[in-house]
Amino acid sequence: MFEIDKWQEIYSTVQKNKLRTFLTGFSVAWGIFMLIVLLGSGAGLENGVKEQFKGGATNGVWISSGKTSIQYKGLKIGRPIRFTNEDYKAIKTTVSGPDHISARLFLGNNLVSYKNEYGSFFLSPCHPDYGFIKELEMLQGRFLNNIDISEFRKVAVIGEKVKSSLFKGHDTVAMGKYVKINGVLFKVVGVFRDFSRNDDEQKRIYIPISTAQRVFQGENVINQISFTTGDATAADADLMIKKSRALLSQMHTFDFDDNRAVNIWNKNEEVRKFRSLFAGIRLFIWIIGIGTIVAGIVGVSNIMMIVVKERTKEIGIRKSLGATPWSIVSLIMQEAIIITSIAGYIGLVLGVGILELVAKKMPPTQFFKNPGADFSIAVMATILLVAAGAVAGFFPAMRAAGVKPVEALRDE
Amino acid sequence: MIRIKQIHKSYVTGQNSLHVLKGIDLDIAAGEMVSIMGASGSGKSTLLNILGILDDYDSGEYHLNGLLVNRLSERKAAQLRNRMVGFVFQSFNLVSFKNAMENVALPLYYQNVPRKKRNLIAMEYLERMGLAEWAHHLPNELSGGQKQRVAIARALIGNPKVILADEPTGALDSKTSLEVMDLLQEINATGITLIIVTHEHDIALRTKKTIRITDGNITEIIMNN
Ligand SMILES: Nc1ncnc2c1ncn2[C@@H]1O[C@H](COP(=O)(O)OP(=O)(O)OP(=O)(O)O)[C@@H](O)[C@H]1O
Ligand SMILES: [Mg+2]
Repeated sequence: MFEIDKWQEIYSTVQKNKLRTFLTGFSVAWGIFMLIVLLGSGAGLENGVKEQFKGGATNGVWISSGKTSIQYKGLKIGRPIRFTNEDYKAIKTTVSGPDHISARLFLGNNLVSYKNEYGSFFLSPCHPDYGFIKELEMLQGRFLNNIDISEFRKVAVIGEKVKSSLFKGHDTVAMGKYVKINGVLFKVVGVFRDFSRNDDEQKRIYIPISTAQRVFQGENVINQISFTTGDATAADADLMIKKSRALLSQMHTFDFDDNRAVNIWNKNEEVRKFRSLFAGIRLFIWIIGIGTIVAGIVGVSNIMMIVVKERTKEIGIRKSLGATPWSIVSLIMQEAIIITSIAGYIGLVLGVGILELVAKKMPPTQFFKNPGADFSIAVMATILLVAAGAVAGFFPAMRAAGVKPVEALRDE
Repeated sequence: MIRIKQIHKSYVTGQNSLHVLKGIDLDIAAGEMVSIMGASGSGKSTLLNILGILDDYDSGEYHLNGLLVNRLSERKAAQLRNRMVGFVFQSFNLVSFKNAMENVALPLYYQNVPRKKRNLIAMEYLERMGLAEWAHHLPNELSGGQKQRVAIARALIGNPKVILADEPTGALDSKTSLEVMDLLQEINATGITLIIVTHEHDIALRTKKTIRITDGNITEIIMNN
């Protein structure tokens, strides 16, 4: 009975001192709210950018041909470099390390049809290894194989979006059907899904590079060579890239340092760069987060001290009516703990609510996706603030409870 | 009821020490109604605060209802105040955010009386004071006389043996003062010991005994008839 009574006493004081309650609670609610929004935004940013790296092995290297930008051996600047099958073979045979390697040809969007259904899809001729390099998931059938290459087979592996737009109604089975690509019939041998969040990647058609060169090009030109570096360390991967570059510069007579003649994209390096960037951002967020919490602690402490000061007279009155020091201390402390807990909870709910709202209403952009705070951290922070409020209230409450009633009563 | 012997009390502020009570001897029997008079600064409030265990004394002896009161722990003192003493102050000392009923009920909270029951009892006391319809008003919505009657109800509710009133009519007009005095006299008639500090002669005259304090000493005890 006594305990319920105590809660009622606290409830009535809290209810009748709304401003004081608000001020005490606000710094806690605000601190927790800010912390959650901060942590959540950080996570959203990181998730968003991580998405960018989805689809394609993280140890992939893509080498594309470009135009020279440095004078070399009397040859003029701006000379286009054209890779051929010879380059692919040279890298494959002389550079050790890559576990998968493929050449690619860029044929752009092509008209593709199946019966009465038409669509324009990106045609991507490549070697069988490209399936590994791109980490494609086969939904049906298989990816290209070596026999497709050596026998110039007219086979196609289509993306799931290609399948869904060409094969509709009664004809939902794509496997074994013939699609017409730029007027040439190709047999569908597989359907894939790309892990990239980019929709365009699902609208691709992979065909054997040998077939493409013969049917659509009549040359042995290629546009890109890509490989994965297996389990190699960053240094070993750099060595593979360096060797490839040296080989290409020798075969095409351009300066080794000419970054425009060949364009090399080392995904691993990019991933590493972003990892360290995000380590930095996370550290930054933590510093600000801890700052916010410290500000909250200072705020709660200050207000608790003011509250106790403001209540000195009331404490004197209560003591004259028979309040023991402990009953005074516990009244103030329990009040502080209740207010800060509820405020912390409100901050928690509001913060999480805002993040949920943003996650729901804002379309995920390239740089922001699924903001979400670590709930346990938020709960810990709330507990920390509640404890801080209690500690901050404890000492002034003890002092106030210890003064002689006459002195407390004299307070105006 | 109250026996004090050679009570001394000094206030120490920094380097200075102000000797306020200089050996007070006083006996007040149960059920007595006594007034204390004296010039401003003579030590009346100081004495009353010691009697109410709101303050310590330096030397001497104080027995309240046969119990020696000397350097009690705050907890003990609080319990003694709660059971034995009721206070009425010049400035009322009501808790500003509690309504009249809750103010009156507060001493019972510290006696662990359940809320419903203590509010019920508080209502009875307010009725006795003629304040039933003001029960749910905050102190700042009450007149001085009403506030003092709430304070008296609060002093009474814990069934004290002694009521100590420090200038209870000091902030009231003469008509209201008389009403408050009537009330206090009624209370005394129920057997509760009453000690009133006052500056006003006609108030003092309504008590049975007037104690005059001059500069920290009792200089005169007058029996009023
Ligand atoms: N806490 C204190 N610290 C220092 N001096 C004090 C304190 N309380 C009272 N005094 C001094 O002690 C003396 C007696 O004070 P007290 O309040 O007992 O007087 P009083 O007789 O009640 O006067 P009044 O009629 O004006 O209320 C005064 O000189 C006052 O200034
Ligand atoms: Mg006085």
